[in-house]
Amino acid sequence: ENKMSFLPQKEGQHPSRCPDNSAFKQQKLPAWKPQLTIATVLSTFFLTGAFCLSVGICLILSANRVREVQIDYSDKCSDCSKLRENSSNWNKECHCSVNFTLKEDILGDVFMYYGLQNFYQNHRRYVISRSDAQLLGRNVNIEKSYCAPFTTYQNGTPMAPCGAIANSMFNDTIDLFYNLKSSVIQVPLLKTGNSWWTDKNVKFHNPKAYNLSSAFAGTARPPYWWKPVYLLDEEDERNNGYLNDDFIIWMRVSAFATFRNLYRRVHRIRQFAAGLPAGNYTFHISYNFPVTKFKGRKHVILSTVVWCGGSNPFLGIAYVVSGAAATLTGFVITAIHLKLRKKKTYFQK
Amino acid sequence: FTGEVRCEAPNNKLDKFTGTLTLRGEKYALDNEKMLLRGCTIRNTEWCFGLVIYAGPDTKLMQNSGKTTFKRTSIDRLMNVLVLVIFAFLALMCLILAIGNGIWEHEKGYYFQVYLPWAEGVNSASYSGFLMFWSYVIILNTVVPISLYVSVEIIRLGNSFYIDWDRKMYYPLNDTPAQARTTTLNEELGQIKYIFSDKTGTLTQNIMCFNKCSINGKSYGDVYDMSGQRIEINENTEKVDFSYNQLADPKFAFYDHSLVEAVKLSDVPTHRFFRLLSLCHTVMPEEKKEGNLVYQAQSPDEGALVTAARNFGFVFRARTPETITVVEMGETKIYKLLAILDFNNVRKRMSVIVRSPEGDLTLYCKGADTILYELLHSSCDSLKEETTEHLNEFAGEGLRTLVVAYKNLDEDYFQDWIRRHHEASTALEGREDKLSELYEEIEKDLMLLGATAIEDKLQDGVPQTIETLAKANIKIWVLTGDKQETAMNIGYSCNLLNDDMDDVFIIEGSTSDDVLNELRNARKKMKPDSFLDSDEINIQFGKSSKKPKILPDEQANGVYGLVITGHSLAYALEGNLELELVRTACMCKVVICCRVTPLQKAQVVELVKKYKKAVTLAIGDGANDVSMIKTAHIGVGISGQEGMQAVLSSDFSFAQFRYLQRLLLVHGRWSYIRMCKFLKYFFYKNFAFTLVHFWYGFFSGFSAQTVYDEWFITLYNLVYTSLPVLGMSLFDQDVGDCWSMLFPQLYVPGQQNLYFNKMVFVKCMLQGIYSSLILFFIPYGAMYNTMRSDGKAIADYQSFALMAQTCLLIVVSVQIGLDTSYWTVVNQFFIWGSLSVYFAITFTMYSDGMYMIFTASFPFVGTARNTLSQPNVWLAIFLSITLCVLPVVGFRFLKAQLKPTPSDKV
Repeated sequence: ENKMSFLPQKEGQHPSRCPDNSAFKQQKLPAWKPQLTIATVLSTFFLTGAFCLSVGICLILSANRVREVQIDYSDKCSDCSKLRENSSNWNKECHCSVNFTLKEDILGDVFMYYGLQNFYQNHRRYVISRSDAQLLGRNVNIEKSYCAPFTTYQNGTPMAPCGAIANSMFNDTIDLFYNLKSSVIQVPLLKTGNSWWTDKNVKFHNPKAYNLSSAFAGTARPPYWWKPVYLLDEEDERNNGYLNDDFIIWMRVSAFATFRNLYRRVHRIRQFAAGLPAGNYTFHISYNFPVTKFKGRKHVILSTVVWCGGSNPFLGIAYVVSGAAATLTGFVITAIHLKLRKKKTYFQK
Repeated sequence: FTGEVRCEAPNNKLDKFTGTLTLRGEKYALDNEKMLLRGCTIRNTEWCFGLVIYAGPDTKLMQNSGKTTFKRTSIDRLMNVLVLVIFAFLALMCLILAIGNGIWEHEKGYYFQVYLPWAEGVNSASYSGFLMFWSYVIILNTVVPISLYVSVEIIRLGNSFYIDWDRKMYYPLNDTPAQARTTTLNEELGQIKYIFSDKTGTLTQNIMCFNKCSINGKSYGDVYDMSGQRIEINENTEKVDFSYNQLADPKFAFYDHSLVEAVKLSDVPTHRFFRLLSLCHTVMPEEKKEGNLVYQAQSPDEGALVTAARNFGFVFRARTPETITVVEMGETKIYKLLAILDFNNVRKRMSVIVRSPEGDLTLYCKGADTILYELLHSSCDSLKEETTEHLNEFAGEGLRTLVVAYKNLDEDYFQDWIRRHHEASTALEGREDKLSELYEEIEKDLMLLGATAIEDKLQDGVPQTIETLAKANIKIWVLTGDKQETAMNIGYSCNLLNDDMDDVFIIEGSTSDDVLNELRNARKKMKPDSFLDSDEINIQFGKSSKKPKILPDEQANGVYGLVITGHSLAYALEGNLELELVRTACMCKVVICCRVTPLQKAQVVELVKKYKKAVTLAIGDGANDVSMIKTAHIGVGISGQEGMQAVLSSDFSFAQFRYLQRLLLVHGRWSYIRMCKFLKYFFYKNFAFTLVHFWYGFFSGFSAQTVYDEWFITLYNLVYTSLPVLGMSLFDQDVGDCWSMLFPQLYVPGQQNLYFNKMVFVKCMLQGIYSSLILFFIPYGAMYNTMRSDGKAIADYQSFALMAQTCLLIVVSVQIGLDTSYWTVVNQFFIWGSLSVYFAITFTMYSDGMYMIFTASFPFVGTARNTLSQPNVWLAIFLSITLCVLPVVGFRFLKAQLKPTPSDKV
């Protein structure tokens, strides 16, 4: 009814061109107007400073609890390194042993990593040189992927898996032995469960067939590989083919040229139930992966972890430094403010 | 209907036309009177015959349209320079990276070919470097803000709408809201340094009221009380009762009863005076209903005079080309109109020759006092003196004056004259000259009748507005066609000039040398130093160079005003005096130019634009202001009495001069600050975003590997960061509108270009570089040679990418939060919304389902889940934010403490 009485009036005269009186149009929207007052600024600095300092100290203390053994075996196995420099020796096996001593027990979960230095896994052409569809077990034409030049052999046989990443897969085998008195005990190592769940269950699938070798029929191994993909782990069906953990971990390329990948976990049984006891150990390494040609280095690392990861002290130090700087700045600001307080900084009407 | 028209070639002179029409052997004159310009409307007739003389581009209108210059703001020009700088910066970065790639491929890549052979066709490290240059151009091009231009236009559009919507700039009396007719100049409104204002209709209302008159040596119009004291006229003063006149205009108000008495007593000079007013004009009457007369006047002055005559009992009722019907004290009389001697700027007078019903032949003339006094008969000398006294009195009150006179004509002489007049008006060559000679011949030995005084009322709030604008360090120049006394009086009454001023210089020399001397003397008084040889400007301008130079601002030793007449201005605008004029005038607080032509108005504006690095604004209401409005950086039109020409060529328009302060101090200031904040933030966020790639180049073999997921790169500018910054630049208010009106000083930083200039840009760039360093090296350090809390490797490329992009996005969001000083709901929604959208989109894109459907597009499957669950990832993110933001907080606070800007003080 209200509308009815309104309408004729509108028809009768020109509608007014007066703008609406809405908060939005009149720029009068209610608003919060934060100010940089001395109280907010100082509390920001001191609180942040205190927080950073405490977090930093926690991080440093935690990182110090991490036990880590790192051995550069491209140095120690110089004979093998030399042998691998010449690619014509590719089919010659080379073994190498590296000894080390643990003065104290390493308690808790112990992880074994291989570390590579100067290996540019983050080079753009390297990063894209893979076919995700192929790794999903789909029957795709890998010619269309960025796998080149590791796509097909000259006779047209496609490589499975294709691409530079897969082709350059780390293929040293490292075993760990515990020398207890005169006997040598092989440390039990777990080779599965080392990759992301999503990678193992979503990103990688073997082609469907009644057995794995027939699934990969018609394809060939990448040129640098010693054995085809369906023989990566003959003992464990769920760790074979594209689903092989070592392969999956290698395919998750690193962000930097120096990196470490999880290789094995110490299986905590028998003597090793609490971790690695002190004593003498030997790494038995089957040295297949050449690195000296591009001045690369290889490490083997044994490490425990804490809530914030490994032994890298960077974050802890950075936090302590930032916290100290923030607190110091807080004091400087206080000093300046006190000095200026007497000066008028407001408009006088 | 066969005839022949001979006329001049198409030209752009709107007020002149010469031609003849030959019809059945007889020649008829065609002049401007008989021309209709394109777009005109004919009134008061049912039909007419017409002939098209010029068509299309030949029409006077099209010939006159001139080139409309494309206006751009100084920020636009600066932006173009900055974009070029950024391009150069991009090229430099790409060059460094390309050289880096050449070296890397030579030192390392060559040997790494075991695992990664060179791409097909690449056979040397230098060629690879060359290719990489272009790859990096593609990767780093985000540093060139392509979307900047679009966003800038959106912001300007939004801020223009605020002007349209502002109720405080809406004038209810004629239902006119303010209007931003150009949507690309807003921020320039916050940088105005010179205002060039018209007077009539801009500072004043241009509603003319017949206020006073002097008839036969007696002055009418003032009201006196019993004791003979003049009393101030206000709303309560008793108005004159015009009820004896059926046809009186009820809106007309007059307070002096003695004039009505004189009319009623049939005083002869008084009757003649009003008869003249009702006959000598070019007004058109419109009487749609009996007794309801409406006058259509070309100039409001004429309308006011005819209305006055109407109310006093001399009602101009109808007009035909040959007759004028006047109802004189209730008695209808038809006068024969024999000739109209038209008004023009040189003559400054108009006359009519009429034959009364009684057969008397009379010439009635009205015009400017200076002109008409020369033409009077010597018998009027004593009357002339008295009238002059009255005229000075009127002018002193800021009234516009006209002198009226008449002359009885001899029948024979007139017959001869009208014949010659006809000849002259059909002449093809020199028609103008011949006619004006004839006019001068007949318009002499006139008998003085008296003078009229019309009040042009000041608009509301003009003095206050001018005071506020002056406090905001804006210099106001009034350019008017009025005479010097009127202009100066208006200057005093609207606070432009006042007695506190140290001096008001008047430049009225009539030769080039006089003007130069006057200008120099003025400058000598204001700043004696400026004549020393050691003066910087003298040195700079002593050197000859073809490049136009910019005059720096000079400070005078006091507050001065300058008044210059149009005549002197013509000399001052000539080549060598130009510089002298600018130097002197710009030192004054107020400059008034009177008796100026429309062209001179534009020339003055052009002059200041040429020598001063300042933003100019011209405001006017009439067609004579159009050229000035078009010339100035910003033209403002007052939609008032004098038609729409000024509004149509303006950039902003509103109904009252006083809205100018709100337009500049509130809208202009906000637009400028918003735009500056926007630009600062926009450049910052793009630098912080892009330079991370640059640092990563040094760690990835200069291989053009991006740090972020390609989807993030696509969506960063488009989705994740576009709305918060738009929200800020549409809603931000550093101080409220009342504060910026209360403290006009807040306007000054805009004039000095302080909030965004090359220096500020460099600061943004440095801040961007700093942030990008933090955003790269903190995640790098945190991931280097470490692992997740479950022992798995952490330093994979995808985790690093996710971490870096999350850091970046949170840092730029916090930064916009710091920049926002006015958090409306919309800002909150945009900022929090953008962050949530980022996480939502990221988790969606990295989900299993998306990977299964679009395998090739979303290879980051699972990264978000696996990485964002790690405590050290969040610790690194927090540290990056702290390190990026905390220094900014500290720096801003200290800056506000040590070097407070005006808005910090409020």
